[in-house]
Amino acid sequence: MRAFWREYRENWIAVVALAVVVVIVLAALLAPWITPQNPYDLASLDLMDARKPPGFVGSEGYVHWLGTDAQGRDLLSAIIHGLRISLQMGIAAGLFAMTIGATLGILSAHAGGWVEAAIMRVVDLQLSFPAILLALVLVAVLGQGKSQLVIALVAAQYAYFARTAYGAATAERQKDYVEAAHATPLPGWRIVLRHILPNCLPPLIVVGTVQVANAIALEATLSFLGLGLPPTEPSLGMLIANGFQYMMSGRTWISVYPGIALIVLIVAINIVGDQIRDQFNPRLRR
Amino acid sequence: MNQILVAEGVTKRFSPSLSLGDRIAGVLGAHVDKRAVHAVTDVSLSVTAGETLGLVGESGCGKSTLGRMLAGIMPPTEGRVLVSGTAPMRGRHKATTRIQTVFQDPFASLNPRMRIGDSIAEGPVTHGLTSRADAPRMVADWLARVGLDPAFAARFPHQFSGGQRQRVAIARALAMQPDVLVCDEPVASLDVSIQAQILNLFLDLRRDLGLTCLFISHDLSVVRHVSDRVAIMYLGRIVEAGSAAKVYASPRHPYTQGLLDSVPKLRLSIDDVADFKPIAGELPSPLSPPSGCAFHPRCPKATALCRAERPALTAREDGTLVACHHA
Repeated sequence: MRAFWREYRENWIAVVALAVVVVIVLAALLAPWITPQNPYDLASLDLMDARKPPGFVGSEGYVHWLGTDAQGRDLLSAIIHGLRISLQMGIAAGLFAMTIGATLGILSAHAGGWVEAAIMRVVDLQLSFPAILLALVLVAVLGQGKSQLVIALVAAQYAYFARTAYGAATAERQKDYVEAAHATPLPGWRIVLRHILPNCLPPLIVVGTVQVANAIALEATLSFLGLGLPPTEPSLGMLIANGFQYMMSGRTWISVYPGIALIVLIVAINIVGDQIRDQFNPRLRR
Repeated sequence: MNQILVAEGVTKRFSPSLSLGDRIAGVLGAHVDKRAVHAVTDVSLSVTAGETLGLVGESGCGKSTLGRMLAGIMPPTEGRVLVSGTAPMRGRHKATTRIQTVFQDPFASLNPRMRIGDSIAEGPVTHGLTSRADAPRMVADWLARVGLDPAFAARFPHQFSGGQRQRVAIARALAMQPDVLVCDEPVASLDVSIQAQILNLFLDLRRDLGLTCLFISHDLSVVRHVSDRVAIMYLGRIVEAGSAAKVYASPRHPYTQGLLDSVPKLRLSIDDVADFKPIAGELPSPLSPPSGCAFHPRCPKATALCRAERPALTAREDGTLVACHHA
């Protein structure tokens, strides 16, 4: 672990990205205490303050550093709360998708035969068309809400984890230590849980990191299209969508700042994920 | 004689599993290669309690396949295996703990993410040979027996050298208290200096524990060091078997003679000619073995009879089994 960090530290871009991720996660966690306004409390919003540019001092007496949106929400507060929701959705979807995908992938690699064929062909089928398409259909069917959205995201993303876990497990299964476990003999579930699974984790962690970023982007896309979370709890995608109609009238800040926040978060997570992947891949080692 | 490990007419054929495309092509009349590899053909042998049988042969002669069938890792196509009187496999799965294996490559045979103490304790605890509470003491005991510091139990495999890992693998196999130990080339991937240490460990353990052992190796000198009896394999069959002393002193089968002659020897005096006579040719493909005696294309004594008829493995007056028309 210490050696891992020492190597990580050599790439300063990755260190900056990790710092950004940490800051964003902390801000999201502490959102109710560090933001000047609760953007979900409609009573605290003042329509007099609506659509004001960055730096405006509102009726509450504090500075709206990033301006306000059409309802008079402080954008900075809305963005931090939006990040909180985006991260919640992304991490929850990522974890569930990883659990389900890894289970399916490792099981099919271990079982072989028709189980393997059935599961992996469904996975292949799903990987062959865009994730957003499936997520859109599911949200349309299931309706709005946090858990519905997570289900849609998981359904759209588990296939990536299943593919990765299947590949890793197929490689591990042929190694001598698994044969040694069979030759002891140890029960099948034990070989899967204690021998194959722990050795499949590194690639799954890498895919997991990147897929959290993808889930956040996917959620933002759905919200932007009006299919994500309800407007009373705006996520980043919703904020961007809300500001979109004011772009032409010059009030670009309402869309641009949430967009920047989204891009920074996704890029930072991706850089961290890439660095972890490079460190797990011995062939890329210098 | 208490025969702990018995093989009767054991045969292993690997048939190519045809893909759907190949099968369709075959039905439509295309030529599809359906030849099976005869890895092991009609091998019978037995190992008695306390004895070490050395199994020798070139790479690809089927000795590892035979070892895996005997160890209950792979079911034979024909024939049967008995370990302490019972079949080691039920269906495709191993069903006994009475036979354990030490694998060739200690860098691959230990789970890289498991502490070696857990690797050693896992089997015995799972099978109720040791209670979970007793496991640490049992692990320490076995580590000490194979010449490792008991404090190493909490370490991971990557913290050990090849020789140390092989000691761990031996401890893991022996902790299952097997009746027979199958050692599949246990020193082949180690440095020569380490090989000697591991072989001496085997000899010590055999003496202390009365181990029964099937020792597979391509290295004649290694096998001579540890075996009571040896069996020489060529292209899936045993061609000569007998007590190690007799086979090494007076080999009868031309292949055994060739193997012993091909071991490089030191020139002891200036007059000695360096003695190094490799066997001509290469191991034929097990897909299409030669007619008659499989060794005839490389044999200096081959005659028309050898090309036409395969010699049976028959006992000679001193008890050695030989499969050759001319020996």
